[in-house]
Amino acid sequence: MPTPAPEFQHPQTRVYWEALDCRFPRVAAVFEECLYEALARLRRPGVEAYIDAARTLGKLGRGVEPALAFLEGWPAAAEAVGESALPAIMDLVKAIQKSPNGKALAPLMQTLAPVARRLQSPEQMARYLDIARELMAQTTGSIHGFHQTIPSPGLPEFFTQAPTLLAQLSLAGLGNWVDYGIRNTRHHPERQTEFFGLRSADSRAVLQRERHGTLFLEVERQLDFTLRALWGESEHLIPYSTAFDELRQPVPYYDHLGMRIPDVQDDARGIGGIDRYRAILAHMVGHRRWTKPVIADNYSPFQRMAIEFFEDCRVETLLMREYPGLARIFLGLHPHPAEDACNPEKQSCLRHRLAMLSRALLDTDHGYANPLLLEFVARFHAALSASAASTREIAEIALSYVARSRRQSDQYANVHFDDTVVDYRDDNRQMWLFIEEGDEEEAFDQERKVDLAQEPGRLPPRHYPEWDYQSQSYRPDWVSVYEALHASGDAGEIDRLLHKHAALAKQLKRLFDLLKPQDKVRIRFQEEGSELDLDVALRSLIDFKSGVTPDPRINMSHRTNGRDIAVLLLLDLSESLNQKVSSSEQTILQLSQEAVSLLAWAVDKLGDPLAIAGFRSNSRHDVRYQHIKGTSEKWGDEVKARLAALEAGYSTRMGAALRHAAHYLENQKADKKLMLILTDGEPADVDTPDERTLIEDARQAVKELDTKGIYTHCINLDPRADEYVSQIFGQRYTVIDNVARLPERLPQLFLALTK
Amino acid sequence: MSNKDQYLVNKEPYYQPQSNEVALFEAAYAARLPVMVKGPTGCGKSRFIEYMAWKLERPLLTVACNEDMTASDLVGRYLLDASGTRWLDGPLTTAARIGAICYLDEIVEARQDTTVVIHPLTDHRRTLPLDKKGELLAAHPDFQLVISYNPGYQSLMKDLKQSTKQRFTGFDFDYPEAGLEADILARETGITRDIAAKLVKIGAAGRRLKGHGLDEGISTRLLVYAATLIGHGVAARDACRMALVRPITDDADIRQTLDHAIDATFA
Repeated sequence: MPTPAPEFQHPQTRVYWEALDCRFPRVAAVFEECLYEALARLRRPGVEAYIDAARTLGKLGRGVEPALAFLEGWPAAAEAVGESALPAIMDLVKAIQKSPNGKALAPLMQTLAPVARRLQSPEQMARYLDIARELMAQTTGSIHGFHQTIPSPGLPEFFTQAPTLLAQLSLAGLGNWVDYGIRNTRHHPERQTEFFGLRSADSRAVLQRERHGTLFLEVERQLDFTLRALWGESEHLIPYSTAFDELRQPVPYYDHLGMRIPDVQDDARGIGGIDRYRAILAHMVGHRRWTKPVIADNYSPFQRMAIEFFEDCRVETLLMREYPGLARIFLGLHPHPAEDACNPEKQSCLRHRLAMLSRALLDTDHGYANPLLLEFVARFHAALSASAASTREIAEIALSYVARSRRQSDQYANVHFDDTVVDYRDDNRQMWLFIEEGDEEEAFDQERKVDLAQEPGRLPPRHYPEWDYQSQSYRPDWVSVYEALHASGDAGEIDRLLHKHAALAKQLKRLFDLLKPQDKVRIRFQEEGSELDLDVALRSLIDFKSGVTPDPRINMSHRTNGRDIAVLLLLDLSESLNQKVSSSEQTILQLSQEAVSLLAWAVDKLGDPLAIAGFRSNSRHDVRYQHIKGTSEKWGDEVKARLAALEAGYSTRMGAALRHAAHYLENQKADKKLMLILTDGEPADVDTPDERTLIEDARQAVKELDTKGIYTHCINLDPRADEYVSQIFGQRYTVIDNVARLPERLPQLFLALTK
Repeated sequence: MSNKDQYLVNKEPYYQPQSNEVALFEAAYAARLPVMVKGPTGCGKSRFIEYMAWKLERPLLTVACNEDMTASDLVGRYLLDASGTRWLDGPLTTAARIGAICYLDEIVEARQDTTVVIHPLTDHRRTLPLDKKGELLAAHPDFQLVISYNPGYQSLMKDLKQSTKQRFTGFDFDYPEAGLEADILARETGITRDIAAKLVKIGAAGRRLKGHGLDEGISTRLLVYAATLIGHGVAARDACRMALVRPITDDADIRQTLDHAIDATFA
């Protein structure tokens, strides 16, 4: 439907309107304002390019939104990244237009201005566009392999989220995040949409990993130590996320459950992230030590705010008395508002006044000249000079300050906020007692109803990362491992098995007896030793006296010969164990049972601590780790019963099992730690089509174990194992071709490894 | 008796009593009861024994025990010389002969079967059988046995047998309380009381981490080292890092925490 051309007063506007050649009524409605902004912010050729680009966007046949968003957003964006970035953007627009991704144009344009504000340079902008282009190229699907026909599900989401992402990620981090999304969701449109829309857990986890600044996770232990060492307190630290709440940033606070602190802290005003964390903790500790709650009902919000500022300064002064070095951090982080920054005629200067006062209370070089401020600084220091004062005394000073400094303009809605937020201070909720539940107060911690009946019957899952060889990085918390005791069967069965191998057992027993530790071994015939071996010494003396060359080795010494090895035997219980062995009637599972029984029996005789566990997996969300024998458990009926009930099923996600087993073995106090892995095939799982992924992950897990001082050795029953097992375990593996001989070979192998 | 004189403590060691331990030790010595001193490393156990030896005017033989020590290292052994073998008394035997205080430092470091040789000396018998030599040595009336050990190791292997423990009277030592410790630092190294108090504060921060990543807190001895360095003109922060933090931990988190404590204390 043709719309009448709008009547613009200014001839120049009319010229540009014609150049724009656009009939959208929504554009016409705002065109004049947009143009004025462009004329104010752009140079002349820039304005022409602007109009030209908008015309192109309007004629793409994608509706009004791209052109409109561009017209509104570009002047501000151009100011941030420079006008020279426009051609690159228009190139991307053309590329998008040629692909089936036309829907992504609107979000691209809508977020251009906020993105540009984060990026600040044309080079950075170009890099951002490259990332988007790569995402588009990788995720736009094709049916026949030639023409791309299916739009990328993630691209519009990506553009929509871009400002949020860039607020927290560097461009490199953004690149990694996008890369991760492409690789893991390329074949799964719904998951891709969720990933790029920041709705899936993986997406948030990777975002968290790539964020800049000091992550809480990395410094949690250090903060615990700080709390304990400096303040003699131990408190549960609970991070809250600052990533997904743009409008209302959460503030630290503490309650009976613990201290809530942000999950990441960027460096700010020359103070490092870790020091910002320390400031938050110190401030809260100060409140816990010195703040006594006061009744809030009789105070107005302004009065309360003033009391909070004064009280915050009081605890900080006391903290700095205890540790003077904290002054550097507190003063570094505390804003130093300029005295004339706020105009009391037009704005409410309440916050500004209090922030200045707060600065002056802490900092002797504040440089403010306001006599009222100086007077109250003096009163504050006088109150604190003799003792620590109390919250109540400080509240009185604060109230009289409010009374004397009040201005009419304090009621204005236009509050001066700049430079008045002290971000390491908590929200002071512990400072107030409310007798009545006020109508303006939110109840922050409503008691949650915990349904005790719903206590889970099993342990919660443990999450482990998985190595992604393509990006050479870990996928955070990728695998969920559930652990449980293995089910029990008939212990007699194992006894029968042992009986069947009685001859072998006897032979093993002899071998193992030789290994039994003899704690002290005497070493004779030493030239240097701890004691004279009198027998030898006399013989030498006789030789000497009779003119023969005496043997000088007349001392002896002692050596301790203990065995200190902790062993964990990890059994692969995947489906393939149910196959029959060609040479006999038994399945691999039954043979493994026999072998493990013999080994466990023999090791028990030897006295080494041995744990046995089995694992299997059914996708990354369900890896089962089953305890068959605990380290300190005796080789008795209970263990035998569990061993008798072994069952095979599902797949082999080895890396996660290795990591979980290592977590147990690591805590053993032994000189040497050995993990034996008995498996019959390569790592594989149903949700991982690329078979190399799990092999590489297992190899990475073995490397991790190495650094933990755990020696791994794989016993593989797959005759074709040579192809992959050395990739995972290096030289530490044994392939047993003749599976029927496993019961005999396993204990021998154990002996050879531990001798 | 020059042999005896070399073990005498000639100059008064500086020792600041924490409570009535001096009087108690004197009483134990009067009855010749064996004494055990327990406490964390570097809290003044050895200094106390040295001081008591000086005060009682007895020679002092100190043996630092270690895992490789055998019974013959304590009792004595046969050595060879030109004409045949010659017996050489070990420190325990020497002390029992000359009537000295024999101080076995960190006794838990020695193996349990080694420490059994002290048993006959520490009950009513007060004798030391030298089986290899065929001599039953009766201890000198002035002889006293003192052992020290650090119960903080919390290791199954490093503990005393009950039969050994129950032959001793015991003292529990700990780091002195803050004011006293600052006095000790100031007196021992000549730094100002103010700096000494700050050092003690850092020491306290480290001690709170014991059991949470540190096996042992920052000892008074290390504080003295730090104070000494400061006394020699080293900047306080550097001295603290060097003497108080680097020696006790390799854990990066703890190191940074303690570094922060130092920065926070020395503004």
